[in-house]
Amino acid sequence: MITGHLLSAADLTKEEALNLLSTAKELAAITDGPNKKLPTLRGKTVVNLFFEDSTRTRISFETAAKRLSADVINFSAKGSSVSKGESLKDTAQTLQAMGADAVVIRHGSSGAAKRLADTQWIQAAIINAGDGTHEHPTQALLDAFTIKQHLRSEQSDLTGLRVLIVGDILHSRVARSNVLLLTKLGAQVVLVAPPTLLPVGVSDWPVEISYDLDSQIEKCDVVMMLRIQLERMADSFFPTEREYSRRYGLNSARLAKLSKSAIVMHPGPMNRGLEISADSADDLKSVIIDQVKNGVAVRMAVLYELLGGAQIGESK
Amino acid sequence: MSILLSSSDIDRAIKRISHEIIEHNQGITNLVLMGIPTRGAYLADRISAFITQIEGPVATGVLDITLHRDDLRLRPPKPLLPTKLPPGGIEGKDLVLVDDVLFSGRTIRAALDAIGELGRPRSVQLAVLVDRGHRELPIRADYVGKNIPTSKSESVKVHLTEYDLEDLVELIK
Repeated sequence: MITGHLLSAADLTKEEALNLLSTAKELAAITDGPNKKLPTLRGKTVVNLFFEDSTRTRISFETAAKRLSADVINFSAKGSSVSKGESLKDTAQTLQAMGADAVVIRHGSSGAAKRLADTQWIQAAIINAGDGTHEHPTQALLDAFTIKQHLRSEQSDLTGLRVLIVGDILHSRVARSNVLLLTKLGAQVVLVAPPTLLPVGVSDWPVEISYDLDSQIEKCDVVMMLRIQLERMADSFFPTEREYSRRYGLNSARLAKLSKSAIVMHPGPMNRGLEISADSADDLKSVIIDQVKNGVAVRMAVLYELLGGAQIGESK
Repeated sequence: MSILLSSSDIDRAIKRISHEIIEHNQGITNLVLMGIPTRGAYLADRISAFITQIEGPVATGVLDITLHRDDLRLRPPKPLLPTKLPPGGIEGKDLVLVDDVLFSGRTIRAALDAIGELGRPRSVQLAVLVDRGHRELPIRADYVGKNIPTSKSESVKVHLTEYDLEDLVELIK
């Protein structure tokens, strides 16, 4: 069981991660039943503190918290005092004064979640929902859950699977968290990207690296396409979108080369026609909608483990 | 530490409870069993196997109650265990809950809430291997293996071969 905060996929032991996945599986089964709502977190308050835009992650956390009967407060930087210049510290202290039990934070700066967790500004459990280009641990958990559900439902972990992560590794917090978690669970991760979109020091990561998608596509079990983050592409990392799409995009020709059991994933939101073609996104091999659905169950499991029992310092 | 029930005592109690369940429900046509993990689930399997021998197969499931416990926030969170609906579900059935020890009654209260989440059985009955008293809620068992008067400071420990390598019920002072 995890305690305290969830800031990085690196903080999870293999056992804790597998435990979260099995808890998520039970919660998914319950929420598929006639009554989706559980009383477990009644009286707890979860704040969604979003300094960056998000659809999926925020709605997913909100749904997860509500299914466990927690109260949810949504905070987005636009339209709040942040646009008047309020600092993270003052925002955090405001939330502390209002009695938040957990803060789900998405922030444009790497390390923002850790900053909140390490200071005394707020006593709540901090859950990192994406900090800059650093990490997005719940996305990695839901990806691991989806992979396990489709390819390793009977086995204990992901040993023997070959996972391609294709695209903008440099700016991708999803890729960082996935590399940490999937390799911990026994999968072999292959990063496929143009050299300009690989981070410095990537040779020290526990992964294989390739610049050629076509040489890798036939021998993988999972292909995870990353979004080209057009808002972070000002520095011309590749000549044209059209060239990127031809070399690193998933299209029907590459889809046909995938093995029979292989699955296609994407953390969303998709740029259809850029990193993934519309027919690949809608193909039977695509589990992108499952990823969204599983996100709710995985986040319920995280909230349950962080908020469900007695907290540190509370009397027995 | 003293031994309250031996392996053969447990065996006899399970057989008697099985007969009582069949008798009270006038057969097994509308019957389902659900065990509360960990040991209640094994007891439900044993009762189910014995009823199958004498009367025919009876649908059996497992009910995890962790998320409904009222002492959830007094203790660290526990991992969830699988809930398995009996084949055919519980809607309109006569449901017999099975647990190892009946003590405060709080587990059973949580189980009743958990059942409400799964459907609406026609009736809910309770079978336990040991009733040790000290109820904190207005709950009673329909089928009891053995009533054992205890003091609050003592604890009753059930061992079952499926989980603990031997069949035994002991009283720990």
